Amino acid sequence: VLHSTRTLHATQQCLAPLPPLPEKGGEVRYGLIPEEFFQFLYPKTGVTGPYMLGTGLLLYFLSKEIYVINHETVAAACILSVIIYGVKKYGSDVAAFADKLNEEKVAKALAVKNEAIKDLETAIEQEKKEQWRVEGRNYLFDAKRNNIAMLLETNYRERLLMVYNEVKKRLDYQVAMQNLKRQKEQDHMIQWVEKNVIQSITPQQQKESVAKCILDLKALSKSAQAAV
Amino acid sequence: GPLSERRLMDVRLGELPAWLATCDFSPQGLLGGVQKAWSNYYDKYINVKRGGPAGISMLLAGYCLLSYGWNYQHISKISFLVSV
Repeated sequence: VLHSTRTLHATQQCLAPLPPLPEKGGEVRYGLIPEEFFQFLYPKTGVTGPYMLGTGLLLYFLSKEIYVINHETVAAACILSVIIYGVKKYGSDVAAFADKLNEEKVAKALAVKNEAIKDLETAIEQEKKEQWRVEGRNYLFDAKRNNIAMLLETNYRERLLMVYNEVKKRLDYQVAMQNLKRQKEQDHMIQWVEKNVIQSITPQQQKESVAKCILDLKALSKSAQAAV
Repeated sequence: GPLSERRLMDVRLGELPAWLATCDFSPQGLLGGVQKAWSNYYDKYINVKRGGPAGISMLLAGYCLLSYGWNYQHISKISFLVSV
């Protein structure tokens, strides 16, 4: 159960996105004294107040020997002059160089971010394409179903053909057997009949048939002679 | 607001002892105070996009003053002043 009355992130600092860095630092006059000091003294002493204060303090320190002038004063003066000259002359160049470095850093980070965004966008497009492809599943399954049906059909027909062939073979065998049997019976009967007939021809009948044949032949020859 | 939460610049002169009393002077408190002061200074003058010489020059000036103050006893001796 979410407590809808609980305040979310009300007090804690949110770390991302970070607020951008301020453009310029606090105002500083003469590189040493912040502007706030001058503003602090302005209502009471006007514009020249801080300078008067500075001059007075300096003279006080010098006169009371709180600041002792020694060789280090000369050294400090020379160093300060050199530093100020250097800053005045090369300050802008160094600033431009540093700005360029910063620019490059920011540009690199931006490039990485843009790369990431582009990659994610292409990923989104590809994902959408995949989703579109998924819709074509139906056609795929129809084709597969057709394939399987065809396979089943061919298998069934093959087996049907095999059954038919086998049955025909068996029936042919039976027919051949019957034919063979009848033929053998026929042959055997013919042989038996001939054998018996030949056996039944006695020598007496043979002589008679031969004499009859001769007589017939004579008659035939007579008629033939007459014809010629 | 209440006295203890105001910054030093917003405290009136008469209330200064009371404000000092509310300060935390234990080691952790002092350390925390130093850290806060440093982070304030850093965010205001150094951690910016286009800073100038002001950031470190103030630190160097403070260092100069501090070291002068530490060595004042030694510098103001006559033997030191004569030797150079």
